[in-house]
Amino acid sequence: MTASAHVTAGALAPRESRLVPRLLIGLALLLTAVFVVVPMVYIFHRAFAAGWSVFAANIAEPGTLHAIWLTALVAVITVPVNVGFGIAAAWALARFRFPGRKALLVLIEIPFSISPIIAGICYLLLYGRQGLLGPWLLAHDVQILFALPGIVLVTMFVTSPFVVREVLPLMEAQGSEQEQAAVTLGASGWQIFRRVTLPNIRWALLYGAVLCGARAVGEFGGVSVVSGSIRGQTNTLPLQIDLLFNDLNIVGAFAAASTLTLIALVVLVLKAVMESRRG
Amino acid sequence: MKTSLIAAVLSVGLAFPSFAQDKILNVSYDVARELFEQINPAFAAKWKADTGRDVTIDQSHGGSSKQARSILEGLPADVVTFNQVTDIDVLAKGGLLDADWRAAFPNEASPYYSLPAFLVRKDNPKGIKDWDDLVRDDVKSVFPNPKTSGNARYTYLAAYAFALEKYSGDQSQAQDFVKKLFANVPVFDTGGRAATTTFAEKEIGDVLITFEAETGGIAKQYADKGFVRVTPSLSVLAEFPVAVVEANAKKAGSEEVSKAYLGFLYSPEGQKILAENFYRVNDEAVKAEFAAGFPDVKLVTVEDVFGGWDKVTAEHFAEGGILDKLFVNQ
Amino acid sequence: MTASPPPASPLRAKRVLPGFGLTMGVTLTYVGVIVLLPVVALVLKGAEIGPARFFAILSAPRTLAALQLTLLAAFMATVFNAAYGLLMAWVLVRYDFPGKRILDALMDIPFALPTAVAGLALSALFAGNGWYGALLEPMGFKVVFTIWGVAVAMSFTSIPFVVRAVQPVLEDLDPQYEQAAITLGAHPFTVFRRVIFPAILPAYMVGITLSFARSLGEFGAVVFIAGNLPMKTEIASLLAVIRLEEYDYNGAAAIAMTLLVIALLLLAVSNLAQARALRYKGKTA
Repeated sequence: MTASAHVTAGALAPRESRLVPRLLIGLALLLTAVFVVVPMVYIFHRAFAAGWSVFAANIAEPGTLHAIWLTALVAVITVPVNVGFGIAAAWALARFRFPGRKALLVLIEIPFSISPIIAGICYLLLYGRQGLLGPWLLAHDVQILFALPGIVLVTMFVTSPFVVREVLPLMEAQGSEQEQAAVTLGASGWQIFRRVTLPNIRWALLYGAVLCGARAVGEFGGVSVVSGSIRGQTNTLPLQIDLLFNDLNIVGAFAAASTLTLIALVVLVLKAVMESRRG
Repeated sequence: MKTSLIAAVLSVGLAFPSFAQDKILNVSYDVARELFEQINPAFAAKWKADTGRDVTIDQSHGGSSKQARSILEGLPADVVTFNQVTDIDVLAKGGLLDADWRAAFPNEASPYYSLPAFLVRKDNPKGIKDWDDLVRDDVKSVFPNPKTSGNARYTYLAAYAFALEKYSGDQSQAQDFVKKLFANVPVFDTGGRAATTTFAEKEIGDVLITFEAETGGIAKQYADKGFVRVTPSLSVLAEFPVAVVEANAKKAGSEEVSKAYLGFLYSPEGQKILAENFYRVNDEAVKAEFAAGFPDVKLVTVEDVFGGWDKVTAEHFAEGGILDKLFVNQ
Repeated sequence: MTASPPPASPLRAKRVLPGFGLTMGVTLTYVGVIVLLPVVALVLKGAEIGPARFFAILSAPRTLAALQLTLLAAFMATVFNAAYGLLMAWVLVRYDFPGKRILDALMDIPFALPTAVAGLALSALFAGNGWYGALLEPMGFKVVFTIWGVAVAMSFTSIPFVVRAVQPVLEDLDPQYEQAAITLGAHPFTVFRRVIFPAILPAYMVGITLSFARSLGEFGAVVFIAGNLPMKTEIASLLAVIRLEEYDYNGAAAIAMTLLVIALLLLAVSNLAQARALRYKGKTA
């Protein structure tokens, strides 16, 4: 990308004073520092304000440890399911034309545009004891809300579009010629997918999975409605931050926040690596 | 270190105890966090001594009306420890426990009590002594949203009761008083603890109005900030009712341990922990021991001044009630 | 992501490639159970309320104030992001300077960082005793517990939308028109206004719409910093939660429905804008 930038920048250079680019770059750096970098630095600053040992003690606190564990568990369940769904949806939508395709596309995108808190309320109205399925669930002794299933379901709702929206445009752009050739050569569906499609989409798939995972780890609004925030039971890491903050354990809250910030930074590095792989 | 951390993560998450164990979920109000952190191990030790069985007590804290709603929606609480009878009545109406739950434990199922009191900044720069001072133009008060917090409803009622006495029972003057108090609140959090954070951490407002127990705990925790506790001349008796959520406890087979757990709050040991956490108790010996920490205050009850919770709910807290008039149209 | 031009010969593809039944079945089942069913539960609850009651809830002063605040703060956040995002896209595409790749990567922080973490950090920074608040409040500018705080949280969480929408279009822009304009003696700003801006406008609009939609829906970051003052700094989604906590299910459902409809409208607008953007660009951003 820098190559093309050189060309155009060079073209503009003779007329443009050096002042304008410097000003714009300066402004961009300043605003990014103020709005993006400092908040992140601040989290670590507060997390380590009382020293390493306090930080370690806060992380090792059973409630926080369990929140880390639960959050990881939710992500480990959610991401593969959404990867499977993403592949299926992208295959159906990119390779076939059928009535209602546009509607399905919109439906898939809904979770991305509605507030997670609304998603939480939807789930409450569906699975709550007074909700649509509540009486049936109660009669069959199935606990969905205020337990792992509810947290996982809401997280799935919120993160469901991430893989599709990475894979679908790529599959459409690539077209289906290779796959059709494989069919002509007598390959089975599974073979086509593994040998032809998957190698083409793997980076987009991974990228979507990483974004999905990042979001699953960080989901707050939707999960807060259905969690019941039982300490050491149904508190995910973002909820634990809120809980610790309200426990007046501010250092603990920032310590928990710093683990999530660290995850975010890892995600960024992974993303950069994948983008360069994807070309 | 690293491996032990991983092992700890796994053990917390994975290892379900291989032997039979009692387990209860106590769903509680927002500012009871520290209290039950001390009550629970004490009870667990006693339960072990009495029965030889281990017990795990899980906690969930939040605004008590919100908590009650979650239980109605299926939060599997075995016991509730709330700060208002109405929130347990709601559960009774939802069929989760008996309508006469107040008969199940001594003292109308209320093992301890407290009252709305004040916490002000170091050296009390605004000279806040009583409810009168809170309606001054230069005083900013912090307390939570009375729509979601039982704590704040007591504050509302206490201010109202104070004004009724001050204006010899004149309702419209009392309402103006409360309205003025509400107008001086810069922020309404949903739970009592969030209001405390606003006052103590974010340093907003001149006075925090919350349970006396919370003012004591916070003054102690933030000793370096030098907060001063102020007890107003008049306040409302805030009961802390408890109940076993029978429908859930029956299903989980935890009725016996649930009853014992709530009973423990009445025991001398439980009452002492309560008093140490700045709650007022009825046990005579404990009361005498901690008398110095609890200044005399004229306490009125919801029954005396407002004719009981049903009436107060209908007149004040229901949609379109007096609270709505004073609260929203500021 | 949607609506790229269809493959060259869709009908043949349909006949040739296997797996339609399986993938379609999986997709419909998953979308049905995870997305559609809960939304239907909300719509049914909303329908139960009845139009008169629904309207009464929505026209209550507090609901109106919450909706107004949400829209206004989202608008403020979007205005900031429109300017900041365009600046960032321009700087990242057109100039070379040390640290540029890091700056580029930093643009994704707001998506990678959980919103509750962002809310915690921003509210502590802007509080009267925080790094920013200590600077701003003596100047009489209060952010925490005001609409500005709401807008700050909203804009933080939606920073990447405009940047990431405009960046690829700007990169692919054919330089020959600019060069022609410059050769003809046009001022660089005129070139930007007359040549570059029209070309990036559709993508820019997509970014702005997405940014606005995300701002409207943001919850985690906002609740930490807003202060929840009814009629003043209470956002609509929080009011829905508060109604829920007050056992007012109808109120919660009505407000949630309204937000759902607004989100769907914005989704439609962004799809339209995206369709227009595609005329300028072969693939989606």
